[in-house]
Amino acid sequence: MGLVSMTSKFFKSLAYPSEMLPPIVADDEHHHLDPQLEHSAAKFGMWLFLATELLLFGGLFTAYAIFRAKYPEMFHHGSGSLDLVLGSINTVVLIFSSLTVAVAVSAIQENKIKLVKLMLWITIICGLIFGINKYFEYSYKLHHDITPGTDIFYSLYYAATGIHMLHVFIGIGVLSFILHRTCKGYYSKDNFTTIEIGALYWHLVDVIWIYLFPLLYLIG
Amino acid sequence: MVLTILTVGAAQFDFGGLNVPIALIIASIKAGVVALYFMHLKHEDNMTWVFVIFPLFLLALFIGFSAGDVFTRLLN
Repeated sequence: MGLVSMTSKFFKSLAYPSEMLPPIVADDEHHHLDPQLEHSAAKFGMWLFLATELLLFGGLFTAYAIFRAKYPEMFHHGSGSLDLVLGSINTVVLIFSSLTVAVAVSAIQENKIKLVKLMLWITIICGLIFGINKYFEYSYKLHHDITPGTDIFYSLYYAATGIHMLHVFIGIGVLSFILHRTCKGYYSKDNFTTIEIGALYWHLVDVIWIYLFPLLYLIG
Repeated sequence: MVLTILTVGAAQFDFGGLNVPIALIIASIKAGVVALYFMHLKHEDNMTWVFVIFPLFLLALFIGFSAGDVFTRLLN
């Protein structure tokens, strides 16, 4: 009996942390929940989405682990042929952009709109630099007739970095949208959920790359 | 970024069988720093933590069992 009630108490505390139980405000204009609750619900939803993203890339990581174990020479050769300098630059660029978007989220909470705009600009430009580097990398490879069909390593390389690149472009789109709305004066210290959620997405893109970089470029 | 330099540096040395674990540990430290500080995971509620840890657990299951299956077949 004790165990059952303890377990149910635990799960209730997970589902309803005490600070998440404000009364639902009846609002004539907006039929929304309490802003605080809405903020944490939106953020939680984003984390949930990020979890599914993680599992999307999980399939690629699994394929990588298995084929690497099966064909170590192929992976050694393939990994050695990738451009370590471009890869390292891209890693630094992406981590830096993750930092700037985090600064933007802190800045909006202090109503420093100018700083938010600057940081978002830097983040978007970093994303574009990442894309340009990747374009050079791809075109160099394709120029040397290295395509996704060359072998399993390159097939995984193109699939993983390609899907990651798609995420970078979506992230750039989201951040540009947020930048546009920031310029229009949409956001303030009382309304920054969208910025925070956009930043969470950008951080995920960074985290995925943090794993892809050593797996593809470094350990062969 | 310091950790990135460390990763590239560490990759130049040959630790034998430890190459992969070392690179992955450094990557995980980096990812952890990003999640805890940039993504403010440190200040999130329990619910969010559960939904961060659980997918990681699923991922481990997924990779672990698939790899285990393949490796035991390779041995035969």
